[in-house]
Amino acid sequence: MSVHPFLEKMNQTPHAKQLGIQLVSAEKNTVTLKLPFNDAIIGDPISRVIHGGAITTLIDTASGACVFQAQDSLRALATLDLRVDYSRPAATGEDVHAVAECYQMTHSIAFSRVTVFTTDIKKPIATALATFMRSNKEFPVG
Amino acid sequence: MNLVEKINAIKENQDDTALVELIPYANFIGVQTKLVNGNIISSLPFKESNVGNPAIPALHGGAIAGFMENAALFHLLWQIELITIPKIIDFSIDYLLPGRSECSYSQCEIIRLGRRIALCNIKTWQDNDQQPIALARAHFLLSENDPVK
Repeated sequence: MSVHPFLEKMNQTPHAKQLGIQLVSAEKNTVTLKLPFNDAIIGDPISRVIHGGAITTLIDTASGACVFQAQDSLRALATLDLRVDYSRPAATGEDVHAVAECYQMTHSIAFSRVTVFTTDIKKPIATALATFMRSNKEFPVG
Repeated sequence: MNLVEKINAIKENQDDTALVELIPYANFIGVQTKLVNGNIISSLPFKESNVGNPAIPALHGGAIAGFMENAALFHLLWQIELITIPKIIDFSIDYLLPGRSECSYSQCEIIRLGRRIALCNIKTWQDNDQQPIALARAHFLLSENDPVK
């Protein structure tokens, strides 16, 4: 399935842009995003590991994107909740990838799960679940 | 000087702004701190680059989560006797209201402090502390087990 042009815009919200989040690929209900390693988002100055907050933003953005992809429109979403389990620290200097899948959708609610990794998806650094409320309005895209 | 020693020195000098300087991500999103009765209070003045939905405009959910996780970390660093730097194990957030273009504040409460694990609840609000925009909980690992043979 081709990548929708709106997904290219999805990660252009000011905060995702500032983090340099990029769209890697998109399938039917699945979207892969990349968070490039950057000294400015380090959480621990000694181990130089990326801060959990930047990982959470990647997860939130990827989750939203996979719901947009699954519903095939920019119908707006509000995140209800998000849960992240950190399985291992991200190796410093490595870009971080998130694969988000929208595995369930009703008229009002969408559910996603996300796997976050650096080089090997079988060794995730975090896994996450998110729930969204679906609105009837379109997400604004500049 | 290792990181724990560095943070202990910062605590000794009551120099909370040095703590923000130490954590690049906290600087990146624009965290500010204040010491109130020995507690470190985190705030996040509105910044265009933290916006997730430009129409409202509303803060990015990820920026709110990052701010809250960082507020919990700062609270722990300030409150407890450090062995190592607490490591985040899990983080769960409920979004209650959109984060508007105003300053946000976080308050963290340690629900349980064990030898190895701390559980924190974090609340974030804007103009009215009775109307939080998000609630979160997080587990932190405070010290590692020795490897089991």
